[in-house]
Amino acid sequence: MNSIRRFVDKIKPNFEKGGKFAYLKSTFEAFETFLFVPKTVTRTGSHIRDAMDMKRTMIIVVIALLPALLFGMWNVGYQNSLAMGLERSLLDNFWFGFLRVFPILVVSYVVGLGTEFIFAQIRGHEVNEGYLVSGILIPMVLPVDTPLWMIAVATVFAVIIGKEVFGGTGMNILNPALTARAFLFFAYPSYMSGDKVWIRGLMNGQGIVDGFSGATALGQAALNEHVILNTNGNPMTAMDMFTGTIPGSIGETSTLAILIGALFLIYTGVGSWKIMLSVFAGGSLMGLLLNAFGGNTLMEIPFWQHLMLGGFAFGAVFMATDPVSAAQTKRGKWIYGFLIGVLAIIIRVLNPAFPEGVMLAILLMNVFAPLIDHYVIESHIKRRLKRARVSTNANNI
Amino acid sequence: MSKVIKIRKGLDIKLKGTAEKIIAQAEPASTFATKPTDFPGITPKLAARPDDKVKAGSVLFFDKLRPEIKFTSPVSGVVKAVNRGERRRILEVVVESDGKNESLNFKAGDPNGMSRDEVRQKIMDAGLWPAIRQRPYAIIAGPQSEPKAIFISGFDTSPLAPDLDFIVKGQNREFQAGIDALKKMTRGEIHLSLNSAYPPSDVFTGTGNVSLHYFKGPHPAGLPGIQIHHIDPVNKGDIVWYINPQEVIIIGRLFLTGKYDATRVIALTGSEVLKPRYYKVLSGTSIEPFMKNNLVGTNVRYISGNALTGTRINKIGYLGYYDSQLTVLPEGDHYEMLGWISPGLDKFSISHSFPTWLMPSREYRIDTNLKGGVRPFVLTGEYEKVLPMDIYPMQLLKAILVDDIEKMESLGIYEVGEEEFALCEFVCTSKIELQSIVRRGINLMIKELE
Repeated sequence: MNSIRRFVDKIKPNFEKGGKFAYLKSTFEAFETFLFVPKTVTRTGSHIRDAMDMKRTMIIVVIALLPALLFGMWNVGYQNSLAMGLERSLLDNFWFGFLRVFPILVVSYVVGLGTEFIFAQIRGHEVNEGYLVSGILIPMVLPVDTPLWMIAVATVFAVIIGKEVFGGTGMNILNPALTARAFLFFAYPSYMSGDKVWIRGLMNGQGIVDGFSGATALGQAALNEHVILNTNGNPMTAMDMFTGTIPGSIGETSTLAILIGALFLIYTGVGSWKIMLSVFAGGSLMGLLLNAFGGNTLMEIPFWQHLMLGGFAFGAVFMATDPVSAAQTKRGKWIYGFLIGVLAIIIRVLNPAFPEGVMLAILLMNVFAPLIDHYVIESHIKRRLKRARVSTNANNI
Repeated sequence: MSKVIKIRKGLDIKLKGTAEKIIAQAEPASTFATKPTDFPGITPKLAARPDDKVKAGSVLFFDKLRPEIKFTSPVSGVVKAVNRGERRRILEVVVESDGKNESLNFKAGDPNGMSRDEVRQKIMDAGLWPAIRQRPYAIIAGPQSEPKAIFISGFDTSPLAPDLDFIVKGQNREFQAGIDALKKMTRGEIHLSLNSAYPPSDVFTGTGNVSLHYFKGPHPAGLPGIQIHHIDPVNKGDIVWYINPQEVIIIGRLFLTGKYDATRVIALTGSEVLKPRYYKVLSGTSIEPFMKNNLVGTNVRYISGNALTGTRINKIGYLGYYDSQLTVLPEGDHYEMLGWISPGLDKFSISHSFPTWLMPSREYRIDTNLKGGVRPFVLTGEYEKVLPMDIYPMQLLKAILVDDIEKMESLGIYEVGEEEFALCEFVCTSKIELQSIVRRGINLMIKELE
């Protein structure tokens, strides 16, 4: 450790003002603080500080995402083996998925962090940690067959338009990862929906077994198919949905893995359980309401199955809880989450052209979150004013 | 026991180095200082020059804007130096003690038989007025104002806090005399808050002229600002005063003996102190004698006050005016490799992202490292967990940052001081200096409205 520190100290002057590589200061700082917690001490105010910092916060979210990511990798292989009619071991399936997903992760991180570094450099800021999470979220919300160049374009778009134009992490209005997803959804719709994109290999027309459908549950329901089939040709069971052995975006299929992540986020206090719970509550309520009407397959999907389908659970746990784009007040969080749940199911069910209602619901509520907070704060101010009036009246008596 | 007010939000930071309840002996310090920097909002104007002879109670400087507020010497001796900082700002007026500790005679008198103006004048003359602070703004009380109530916190919950019951022991008469004097200053009540966790000292419970309140819960339950909020909150136009028990006792002595006797008991605390004990000292004492051969490490930070709100002083620095505590912590100017991912078996955090939260009774040796880089506001709901007030802290801070006076007012700037935000600052993941933001907002309010 000391030798690394000595080396860093030795090359540091080159990156300081007046040094050879002074223009790379932010980049150097990013790597230095990645290796070492800086030796900065408190100046004014509280002399001691909590050991938690932004890097650790972000890394905790990344750890929470790992179960879903690892399961997703395996599922990519598993779905592919079903489609091709192949027999593969668990490890072979995982390896197949890993080989496909890893390049996506690399592209997302390299392109995204590259853009972040350039912006930090231009502004003369420290590089912010926010992208550590966005970089893993973007691949996880995409279909596995999305071309790499598309991911690169979407990432650049998300980082610049979704975040940097507002001033970087902490200032953005929309969730950057969902911005990337939405960009692709509207720019290249044929790559983001249908029955081919969810399983590796179908896009370039590799041979598939007979009677096979690669469509997601929601895709099939939108076509009003009465029995929703899983990739293996059998009707999709609730257990399939819960464990996640169904087609879908890379990280979103396994409700179980997502719940493990959710528990970790709640346990460490990093993710807001209020938002998670209220999204599920809103979704359940809307689902129940639609169940009561019935009429077509989408409306008849039991409300609790809605929560396990598509990106609902993933969005509730990892996307809606993004502290920057969510509501910031306690009561605001309840309202914000609840409306996301309600809207996600409404969009999904009543407008089958957009089976991915969760993404749109979250983005929409991202935009409305400041408004929700505004009204929560206004009512707080009114309550305080009332208290003031009561007390002046009491004084006058 | 009357109703107990339960404080649920907050955080007790358990540091190593609690003072043992023994009053230790140290040779008296030779120099003492009064520091204008202890009093936010004043503009000091010198009344004494170097080499002037002074007694305890002689005026050293006064506030230019409110000249009736005087700051006096805690000892007799000679003015040794006026230390200045940037732009000739006065940092401290140092008096070298002559060892006799003589006081000017302000004449003893029973406050109950005096008028409000007489009581006030006596407190002012002896230079004890600065001990009384007010909300709004957390500054020295306006001499012409009449508070709707006066608040005294009889317990301290901050990290390594001194035990006030131990400090005030046996000073029943002085405390009562001080309370009687303060009672003259308001038509409202004097609220004395105590901790319901243990039976409090009879100095507090046996005092007349006060209404007692009991609090239960973690820090910041012991802060007057929090107690005011829960007992009789400050609304626009209200003024309340607050004062520490030790200062009440010093005021009491003034009325009983006619002398300014600045004797107080302080706790020397912190993980770097060899023997953390209590000491009997005079206000403004140099900390040198207590530190001699009494430190564990060498690279340390000396703090007058507690680890959350105290003032950084140097090795031969001086005790702050309002402080009953000295804290010595390890300086954190070292690198830590991959600290953001290490398990952190010795780290303290309010979040459960370190395994140490499973050991709630463990005491920590926390250094002064910032433990991360400064970032914009990102996480939400953090501050709310440690601020037991009906206030939205982040929204108030943002209103201050954009100088929105109207918003600041409606979000509760009148109720807060820096110290209520100290815990918020401690837990802040973005490492933002919240206490200085709050003070900036208060200064702006004073400038615009007064």
